[in-house]
Amino acid sequence: MTAAFDRLRGGVPAKRHNARTIAALTANPGCTRRAVLDAAGIDKPRLAERIGFPGNFGQSRFALARGNGFEAMLKADGCALLLSVLRDVLHLDEPAVSYDDLGEDDDATLGARHGRTRDLLAAAAGAALIDHPLLTLQVAGRSVFLEPDLIAFHAGGRLHVVEIKSFAIVDGQADSAKVSAAAVQAAVYVLALRRLLADLGHDPALVSHDAVLVCPRDFSLQPTAVLVDVRKQLSTLKRQLARLASVSELAAALPDDLSFDTALPPETLTAALARVGAKYAPECLSACELAAFCRHEATGTTAALGRPVRDALGGVDTVAEALALAAGTATPPEELAEAAALLQAAARLRAEAVGAATP
Amino acid sequence: MRHLHLHERPLVLVPYTMAGEPNAPLAAMVGTAEDDPRLLVVAQPRNRDDRFAFAARLAEVLVPYADSFTAVAEPVAVDRGRDVRCRFTDAPQLWVPNPGGVDFLRLFGRSTRFRTTEGEYAVPASVPLLGRWLTFFANSAEVPGSSLLLNAVQALTSHWVTGQSSAEDAQLAALMGWLAPPPGMSVFAAAARAEDPAVTPPAGPATDPSFDNHVLAPLLSVAEPDVAALTEVLRGQLLPTWTLMWRALGLLRTLPPGSRVAGRWDGDRDAYSAFVQHLADGGPPQPRRDGAVAAAARLSRLENAAARYAVQRAFDDPLVMAEYRLAGAAFTAEVTLAKADRIDDTGKRPVLRPRIMVVTTEPVRVAPGAALTSPARPAQKATVISVTAADGPKTEVLLELSGGMGRKLVAEPGSVPEVGERLLLTTLSEAYRPGAAFPEPDRTPWTHGGPPGPD
Ligand code: SF4
Repeated sequence: MTAAFDRLRGGVPAKRHNARTIAALTANPGCTRRAVLDAAGIDKPRLAERIGFPGNFGQSRFALARGNGFEAMLKADGCALLLSVLRDVLHLDEPAVSYDDLGEDDDATLGARHGRTRDLLAAAAGAALIDHPLLTLQVAGRSVFLEPDLIAFHAGGRLHVVEIKSFAIVDGQADSAKVSAAAVQAAVYVLALRRLLADLGHDPALVSHDAVLVCPRDFSLQPTAVLVDVRKQLSTLKRQLARLASVSELAAALPDDLSFDTALPPETLTAALARVGAKYAPECLSACELAAFCRHEATGTTAALGRPVRDALGGVDTVAEALALAAGTATPPEELAEAAALLQAAARLRAEAVGAATP
Repeated sequence: MRHLHLHERPLVLVPYTMAGEPNAPLAAMVGTAEDDPRLLVVAQPRNRDDRFAFAARLAEVLVPYADSFTAVAEPVAVDRGRDVRCRFTDAPQLWVPNPGGVDFLRLFGRSTRFRTTEGEYAVPASVPLLGRWLTFFANSAEVPGSSLLLNAVQALTSHWVTGQSSAEDAQLAALMGWLAPPPGMSVFAAAARAEDPAVTPPAGPATDPSFDNHVLAPLLSVAEPDVAALTEVLRGQLLPTWTLMWRALGLLRTLPPGSRVAGRWDGDRDAYSAFVQHLADGGPPQPRRDGAVAAAARLSRLENAAARYAVQRAFDDPLVMAEYRLAGAAFTAEVTLAKADRIDDTGKRPVLRPRIMVVTTEPVRVAPGAALTSPARPAQKATVISVTAADGPKTEVLLELSGGMGRKLVAEPGSVPEVGERLLLTTLSEAYRPGAAFPEPDRTPWTHGGPPGPD
């Protein structure tokens, strides 16, 4: 099945996954197009650009700089500052904590780093901070490496996922969208760590479901840590990943000549995309790089107006159909009779309210 | 129908913040007239002194504006006429582009209102005062139906619908593209234009990342940024939104105000008058977080305001009421029988209880015993006595009326609906619901933030 994915991707190497892409993967689980493209590791931003629908997913370098600065400050002097907030929030007083950095990104050493991560976790005795551990996760039937964006903190016999984020916690409150995004990402790591421990023959429950979120406090750069219970995110994640497992079958069932090799001409790519079903919703706009394309494709559907509209019009797929049913110019099929009656009542009330003659 | 108070002299504020920094202002365009925007720019957004200098300059505009409605006061009777209280005849009104703008003001208020005006980190006295005003505005923005601080996106989307989803409507430019496309341009072209940050800069407070990376970063990377150049590029980013804000206000002004808008603005003027008084009395700044009782009381006030606002909107606006009719919570009916002089003398004293029969073709989802009201006679309660299916799609509803007919045993003329009159009846009610009683701070158990016991 890996072969099927490789074929879809053409000559290009697979995009690496990180907690954010895995989290996004679970954002619109009903969409086959996305599942196939992501499972195959296709470079979606590049693809979107090639077909003339570039996304706007850039990040400000000011935000990056501040994030990096905050992280560097926490990790200076053998993680002195980080340890002090971790001790506070976890109520520990471990005198000595070892620190291992498994190093920065390099594709060539992935296997070796994963091996060292396993060794360190297997051996961990006493308190240890393990920076940039390289974990793997089963996604759509194959094992992918996760970008090592976390620190695993081993203390008091338990492992905690530590995430450093640069958004501020002001008076104990933070932007809820950012916190929940961080929680989903932490859940990805908790899951990966648990799978690894199970592999090593340890109890996976040693990995705490309380992830530690380290953020700047109020308007300063002073760090503060909070525990975030990610149990709910974990169960959603497991469910979605299980569903994605069937994607490899989907991919295998796709025609042999289908390819999303970004070197292909745009028309070929657009035609190829049309052959894999999508399920556009406005949420895609912030979660998937293909959103501009899929939105264009979905123009005129009730789904493009968002879930509340689509659900209110249960079963009516396009705006044109909804208008025709409301005006009574289309005869509804039996399963839409109720929706049609409601639409007509709505049209009548609306006409009455705006003072026009009732049709 | 407009459901918000629209001030003759609103203060429009378009803030921009520095990406990555918590609530570091980068620039703001502010003013009370479209042709007179004042642009405030922070040359070194990461520098604390520059930040408070910005706050001081914003205070120079905002505080005098907020203070400028205290010239005339009117007496208001309180406690059933046993007391009088003063209320200013007008109040300020702030406009920002979107909910993000409200959040910015709240956080900026939080970061300035506790600043000290003495010692090593002294700031000008206007800075903490600005913080307290911003906090006042941000708090009132949470009250449904309040018009002291409004955001254009929410104001527009609660009055118009577009052919795009709420995610797209959240962009002021895309929203305005639908509601009022530039002359000669289709709504689709206008909305597409609005989504390209290179053509239409975002309405803030967040900047466009590629503007940050390609324009702002080179300008800010030097030790002494070129303030003139910085001002120019920021003016270019903010001016389109500034113009849109005034167009949005113009659009809203074309709608006639609902009849209950003025009543809600009275409430806003009350809140404003009380806050001015609080400042004059030297009251403390708003706390970082409410105590448990204050928080519960506030929540209950907000819930009441939300319920009241929803009902008032429906009573004011037939289009809003239509949604309730569709859901069966309201129906129109014609009066077919009316007995206006019916007296109920089964109790201790005889009371006037007229009955009317109405007939409707709309779905009726009410049961006997339910209390209905009619927006035309809000003080009158109509209790459902029976609901009977008549011929065809018709339903007959028998109602018993109480209240709103004067004090005598004979109904005031016109207070009882007559045969042939068309009525709108609904389960929604404007009647005042008293809030729950909460203990005073010093009577609160320590578990809920009150004082510790004597021992
Ligand atoms: S944008 Fe398109 S491909 Fe991506 S999740 Fe939405 S529908 Fe699927």
